Amino acid sequence: MNPFAYSRPSSLADTVDELAGSSRSRIIAGGTNLIDLMKENVERPAQLIDINRLPFSTIDELPDGGLRLGALVTNADTAYHPLVEQRYPLLSQTILAGASPQLRNMATNGGNLFQRTRCYYFYDTSMPCNKRAATNNGPGGCAAYGGYNRIHAILGTTDDTNGQSSCVATYPSDMAVALTALEAVVQVTGPNGDRSIPMADFHRLPGAEPWRDNTTQPGEVVTAIDLPVRGFPDHYTYIKVRDRSSYAFALVSVAVGLEMDGDVVRDARIALGGVAHKPWRKSEAEQLLAGKTLSPETIRPVADALLAGARGYGHNDFKIELAHRAIVRAVLKSGLADNTQE
Amino acid sequence: MIGKPISRVDGPEKVTGQAKYAAEFNVPDLTYGVVVSSTITKGTITRIDTTKALALEGVLEVFTHKNRPKTAWFDMSYKDQDSPPGSPFRPLHDDQVKYNGQPIALVVADTFEVARYAATLIEVDYDAEPCETDLLKHLHEARDPESGVANVFKPLPPKPRGNSAAAYANAPVSMSARYIHGMQHHNPMEMFATTVEYGRNGKLTIYDKTQGATNSQLYVTQAFNLSFDQVRVVSPYVGGGFGSGLRPQYQLFLAVMAARALKRSVRVSLTRQQMWSFGHRPATVQNIRLAADSDGKLAAVEHEAIAETSQFEDYTETVVNWTGKLYDCPNSTLSYKLKSLDMYSPLDMRAPGGVTGVHAIECAIDELAYKAGIDPLDFRFKNYSEKDWTEKDKPYSSKELRACFTQGAERFGWSNRTPEPRSMRRGHTLIGWGMATGIWDASQVPARAEAVLTVNGKLRVSSATADIGTGTYTIMTQIAAELLGMPLENVIFRLGDTDMPLAPIQGGSWTAATVGSAVKVTCEALAKKLFKLARKMPGSPLAGADFDDVFFASSHIRLRRDPSLSVSLQAIVDQNGGRAISETGTSLPNVLKQKDYSRSAHAAAFVEVEVDEDFGTVVVTRAVSAVAAGRILNPKTARSQIIGGMVWGISSALQEESIMDHRYGRYMNHNLAEYHIPVCADVRDLDVIFVEEVDDIVNPLGVKGVGEVGLVAMPAAIANAVFHATGKRIHDLPIQLDKLL
Ligand SMILES: Cc1cc2nc3c(=O)[nH]c(=O)nc-3n(C[C@H](O)[C@H](O)[C@H](O)COP(=O)(O)OP(=O)(O)OC[C@H]3O[C@@H](n4cnc5c(N)ncnc54)[C@H](O)[C@@H]3O)c2cc1C
Ligand code: SF4
Repeated sequence: MNPFAYSRPSSLADTVDELAGSSRSRIIAGGTNLIDLMKENVERPAQLIDINRLPFSTIDELPDGGLRLGALVTNADTAYHPLVEQRYPLLSQTILAGASPQLRNMATNGGNLFQRTRCYYFYDTSMPCNKRAATNNGPGGCAAYGGYNRIHAILGTTDDTNGQSSCVATYPSDMAVALTALEAVVQVTGPNGDRSIPMADFHRLPGAEPWRDNTTQPGEVVTAIDLPVRGFPDHYTYIKVRDRSSYAFALVSVAVGLEMDGDVVRDARIALGGVAHKPWRKSEAEQLLAGKTLSPETIRPVADALLAGARGYGHNDFKIELAHRAIVRAVLKSGLADNTQE
Repeated sequence: MIGKPISRVDGPEKVTGQAKYAAEFNVPDLTYGVVVSSTITKGTITRIDTTKALALEGVLEVFTHKNRPKTAWFDMSYKDQDSPPGSPFRPLHDDQVKYNGQPIALVVADTFEVARYAATLIEVDYDAEPCETDLLKHLHEARDPESGVANVFKPLPPKPRGNSAAAYANAPVSMSARYIHGMQHHNPMEMFATTVEYGRNGKLTIYDKTQGATNSQLYVTQAFNLSFDQVRVVSPYVGGGFGSGLRPQYQLFLAVMAARALKRSVRVSLTRQQMWSFGHRPATVQNIRLAADSDGKLAAVEHEAIAETSQFEDYTETVVNWTGKLYDCPNSTLSYKLKSLDMYSPLDMRAPGGVTGVHAIECAIDELAYKAGIDPLDFRFKNYSEKDWTEKDKPYSSKELRACFTQGAERFGWSNRTPEPRSMRRGHTLIGWGMATGIWDASQVPARAEAVLTVNGKLRVSSATADIGTGTYTIMTQIAAELLGMPLENVIFRLGDTDMPLAPIQGGSWTAATVGSAVKVTCEALAKKLFKLARKMPGSPLAGADFDDVFFASSHIRLRRDPSLSVSLQAIVDQNGGRAISETGTSLPNVLKQKDYSRSAHAAAFVEVEVDEDFGTVVVTRAVSAVAAGRILNPKTARSQIIGGMVWGISSALQEESIMDHRYGRYMNHNLAEYHIPVCADVRDLDVIFVEEVDDIVNPLGVKGVGEVGLVAMPAAIANAVFHATGKRIHDLPIQLDKLL
């Protein structure tokens, strides 16, 4: 671990200044991801800016009936908040499918959005990795592309043959999958003031710059995540398929929210996790469900549309079929009156 | 008499943080060593530049192959009690890299933080050569292993008997399959660490993580050419071992080397990632062909295993012999071969070879039973072995496996099973029931102990053994307390110190039998000594009695015919001029008695799985293990051992695997987030039955050890249950969901 400076600003303005001041300064919130990365020498910040004194630790109702989740509220407090449980049970269920109770007690909502990929090669500084190499840390290339890629992406990857910008990593968050389905909006403050970024635009595909996980600019701090009014509390499901019952990242996950008119779907939201560099959603696919009654036959074309263009890299080929099945199950389950049953 | 389910005597120390582990002994003026690991698998270090590290304030030295102090030259000096045949790895010996993660430098600094930072500043250039680490690519190059002393406890296969090929060809029912096991790493909670206290005149007190303090002492004295009285190794608590501590690991060598060179106390702790930089359970490929006659009697058995080893040692395990012990088939061919690859030598890991070989044979037997149309349990009754042909047809000293089958099946409800695959389900969930047999050695080796009745009437017993969490402290305290009729709280058992009487490494499930027997003979000798002193006391009520006329109870020696006539143990020491009374003893296996018998513990596991039909996820919803392991000294600690083994069985069957990228020869999931073992939510209803088993041949206590046998049957029982649920035979472990999609 490198020597680093540590500060604990008490205002957002100071935080933004300090953060914008050096490309090697990093915010620390719960520390559950950043500290791990520092121990493995993947992150080598010159300065840690501890934001835990900033006033972003509350969950508040918005005038329009939505809910504002402070960036520093922990994942656990968010999942168990009565208003979240009532109005956005999909989000509660999704958060609780992630990590472990101990981690969720430390992990913050802001930090969760910035958590980095779990790609093995990214974590090992002796391995070729385009995502890491951009920070001058280890060789370039993409070892996962032709290597052990069971946990890697099947959609939206960059796999150019010369490997100069290849990246087949996934963004591993559970929470963000539900936030994407719920069309949450991320509130950001930076050197140029405040802006709002819809979840769909917050994370990005690797494209030609796999080292960029999201669309924030240097010096920007997430202050809150806003949930719009529609929370799909009557028909929702999060299915997370993983290698053990808990404390494992999703191989494939699906967040679904439905609005129903009796047996007929009025509106559907479907987002996938564990399959791409960002939560995967396609409104064209969701529209296929409108006006339909739910059955495997009506859902399969939706899964096909969502997964169009998916490709495997060997070890992760199974994810395509698995995602297909998970979508069908999750949508069917959401339609049930009591979705705690299967 | 012995056999109360008492809680661990060391429990309070552990849960209150009083128990100290190797990296927690704080000695004055301690310095800290951090290991730099190679990032290539094979080749030559062409440049290693330590300038930047040395320039940091607080860095004392950086040791590499270029500047390391002189150590023993002859490679045999690096052998330890558990070395396989070959030439042991010598840390920092030269510029050659033999495996990925090899220690190539040790940074020593005033603080751990500085040492760790300095380690990142060391620049290394390599001349890398292509490496071979993938066993599956080299099966055709497998060869016979070199045999050595290690094979006394881990025998190689016997010569074939009968004609298995012909019998196979002619039998009406047959099966053949290939089973593939990947690599696993032990990963006990406590990482490897050594704290070396550099004392006066260079005397070393070494706090080491080890399963055998005496083994570490032997290694250090030989490698550094020191005498035994210059090296004391202390290891009172071990945060799990599973076999990883059976050999001295390289942090011990590096810490001692640095301490001697710097004349300072040094601590070297490995990181979790570095727990993948020495021994592992080797990848193994097994081919099995079985045949039966029309009424389900085995007609042919062929079981071949090919395992990996390093380029420098022939690590072997007993993989195929279990098949011969469990199934006494006239036409049997067992074989075991090795392939050397560019990796560190594999290392015994809980039930080494047993968990691998028994998984394969017990899946194969299940498959053959299905082909013969016979219930898998009935098939095992039909083919029950009464003698062990791998050991010259000797009978078993005891074998209550039938009772394991019957009682396990009864508790589990096996008779309610519908045999057809996919015949039991709930919604999306397929239910499967499977069973398998387990077996493990019941060994005993020599050991010594000391027992002291202290001046304040307490009993202190010691032996240089280890307690890797198995309950050694507890059961030895129980044995001693029982023999001298003392309350547990007045008995202290100590271990893990080379100043204590000699005991072997803690492995092979032999500690209860080995050290237990030493404690027994020693306490019996002390009892006789105390009786003699009591008899001579003025006005002693025992004056005319023989030893057989008395018994020890409530801290008194009492006359059998009138227990109110007694002498208290306290009175005996008081009478001894205020001096403690001690006795040492040695227990040796009674070879004359043991040699005509094959000695094993047995088990049967019955498992229910739920398989999600769409997703392929498998959950073990309940399991019953019935175990025949001789006398159970403490049903509580013994049950914990079996439960722990069963959980590992779930792990092996469904989750656990070290993933190596063979292009680089490097493990990729080297942390506990990605190296999966069961979490609490994966461990549901586990039940243990100990069946009655009396055995006066194995050892004086009649115990067989329970550390490993609980694991052996589980992977096959789970795989067989998965077949029953899904109709799919998955021969490659772990059975992750993609294999069932
Ligand atoms: C073993 C393990 C298992 C896990 N399993 C799961 C799982 O199954 N599912 C899942 O979703 N997650 C899982 N996690 C990840 C966990 O959810 C994240 O580590 C956590 O959410 C990060 O939050 P934090 O507050 O600790 O972030 P930190 O570690 O403090 O920060 C992470 C990153 O976010 C940046 N950051 C933090 N806050 C802000 C802010 N307000 N504005 C701008 N940047 C910010 C930091 O600079 C840093 O780069 C797991 C983690 C571990 C260690
Ligand atoms: S997938 Fe992305 S993160 Fe992983 S090695 Fe390739 S470039 Fe790096």
